[in-house]
Amino acid sequence: MSKSERPNQLFRNLNAKVASIPMILTALVVFVGGTAWTVLYSFTNSKLLPRLNFVGLDQYYRLWSTPRWLVSIENLLIYGVLSLVFSLVIGFILAALLDQKIRFEDTFRTIFLYPFALSFIVTGLVWQWLLNPDFGIQRVVRELGWESFSFNPLYDSSIVIYGISIAALWQGTGLIMCLMLAGLRGIDDDIWKAARVDGIPMWKTYLFIIIPMMRPVFITTLVIIASGIVKVYDLVVAQTSGGPGIASEVPAKYVYDYMFSAQNLGQGFAASTMMLLSVLIVIVPWAYLEFGGRKRV
Amino acid sequence: MRYRLMTAALAATAALQFAGPAAATDLEVTHWWTSGGEAAAVAELAKAFDATGNRWVDGAIAGSGGTARPIMISRITGGDPMGATQFNHGRQAEELVQAGLMRDLTDIATKSKWTEVVRPKSLLDSCTIDGKIYCVPVNIHSWQWLWLSNAAFEKAGVPVPKNWNEYVAAAPALEKAGIIPLAVGGQPWQSSGAFDVLLAAVGGTDAFLKVYKDKDATFAAGPEVAKVFKAADDARKMAKNTNVQDWNQATNLVITGKAGGQIMGDWAQGEFQVAGQTAGKDYTCLPGLGLNEVIATGGDAFYFPLLKDADKAKAQEVLAETLLDPKTQVAFNLKKGSLPVRGDVDLQAANDCMKKGLDILAKGSVIPWTDQLLSQDTQKQKEDLFSEFFAKPDMTIEDAQKRFADIVGSAD
Repeated sequence: MSKSERPNQLFRNLNAKVASIPMILTALVVFVGGTAWTVLYSFTNSKLLPRLNFVGLDQYYRLWSTPRWLVSIENLLIYGVLSLVFSLVIGFILAALLDQKIRFEDTFRTIFLYPFALSFIVTGLVWQWLLNPDFGIQRVVRELGWESFSFNPLYDSSIVIYGISIAALWQGTGLIMCLMLAGLRGIDDDIWKAARVDGIPMWKTYLFIIIPMMRPVFITTLVIIASGIVKVYDLVVAQTSGGPGIASEVPAKYVYDYMFSAQNLGQGFAASTMMLLSVLIVIVPWAYLEFGGRKRV
Repeated sequence: MRYRLMTAALAATAALQFAGPAAATDLEVTHWWTSGGEAAAVAELAKAFDATGNRWVDGAIAGSGGTARPIMISRITGGDPMGATQFNHGRQAEELVQAGLMRDLTDIATKSKWTEVVRPKSLLDSCTIDGKIYCVPVNIHSWQWLWLSNAAFEKAGVPVPKNWNEYVAAAPALEKAGIIPLAVGGQPWQSSGAFDVLLAAVGGTDAFLKVYKDKDATFAAGPEVAKVFKAADDARKMAKNTNVQDWNQATNLVITGKAGGQIMGDWAQGEFQVAGQTAGKDYTCLPGLGLNEVIATGGDAFYFPLLKDADKAKAQEVLAETLLDPKTQVAFNLKKGSLPVRGDVDLQAANDCMKKGLDILAKGSVIPWTDQLLSQDTQKQKEDLFSEFFAKPDMTIEDAQKRFADIVGSAD
């Protein structure tokens, strides 16, 4: 490579490059820098204030022998699988139904999307009341005559995480539906006509033709849902504050509680590093397949 | 206009009184006193401080100490300190003091002879780090109380118990009458605090100190503490139908006779007072669960972050003085249901329960509380354990005790 070409590369689109410097700095300093700092201090015994006093992997040993953290991980897995599967399936079915050129489509779309306008805190409180045995669904059904009806997820340790998932699905499915609907609308009408000419039943057309064509939409949706899963915090705080006992704890809440109310930054950092690691385990292979593969082709 | 004149007049008197440059200074004070009784008490402090010509800017943070403390700490460490803030005296603000973020009050303390007026002495000790005083204790709160609803026991047809054992024996009768025997709210600190009370009451003072002061893990795994876990198991069974979160909601169950009793600190008294109930007639209080009459000298204190603004620093001094003023102490503690930190104040208006507490205090049967003995980290681990224990009926006593001993062993 000759020397005269290099500056050319560097100064190409100079305006755009200058304009993006603040964002690049933010990304490097705040995101990458902050992450590195957190990981570094997770190897220390920092209490209320960060201190560089290294203790090796002690914080991690303690983390993985803490029952509360193990319960949190288990809850995150259940919650994650449930919200991933159900919001995709329900969202897609709702979108497909809306796509049948029905009347009042706008009205239905608004109704389904409406919960998304509420924050997780409000959603959590609403569902806390709905699921409360003394004035929610259980009471209404009992007053209708089914005296022995019992639906009390929020005060039952073994099923409380499902109670939280219901609220999350109610809140989030509308958005997934809209994304899916946009994807469906992007499919050329001719494809439908061709499928009809070939006599392919509608469900088969959806399953084998339309869904594979909607791959980009699915990937966007997946990223949105997955990021929502890992960071779930406010919903749990509003609905159960982790209770009964520690039955509905989630990792993000563990991080917050140990960093701030237990005044043990080291432990909180170790937990948040584990959260980062779990995200990386999911993202890296996917990014490799998605972006690494394309270059080679 | 009239308001402005009044402030000016007040400011003038204040300037005369303290002969300083202090005009009316706004001082933000953060605290987590938000229930009915607590709010009434904190209004007394605000009134007393406003009367000095300064202005109390109320920074109440709802959601109990566990929610409020992180907010306070991040404001102080983040460079946006308030004028003064509540903590439980003890180890909660330890590191903030060590990092030099808090104001040293030793000069004011020597000037006003705090060491002579504050009693018991251990209160000021927990404000002292490396020989310097960093906080003003405002009250003594003890956890060791069992609050019983007389109406509930009447309905169940059993006499009001005189100690924990009688209470446990009366539980089936209460249950039969459709009353929750023991109210324990869902917030983690409630179950963990209830256990500590049982430890001091059923296990005795020595057991309590051996576990939390000496941090003796072998003792914590031993037979004496096993007895306490047995009692905690009773409590867990008695509390299984409480579907409330906040402590004052649980207290309200006792006030309305829906629950037989509650193990809760003397701050619960403020709630009974707001509800217009009389000690001895509508409710009964048993210090030390009627087994071991001691009270712990935990409580609330105000810490003063180091401020650059000279006017505000001056106002901080005024506030520190005001908090320990005998008149403020009486007005505040009567509303709060806690005991004053001065031995020389007149508490004629105190009710039966407070008098019981004052007697115990006079006898000197006091123990330090977990806020003073354990770090927040250990407290949190304990809270996690006991909130799980109380919510999970299938968790065995042995398993819980083993985990408890591990926590005690690793405590710092």
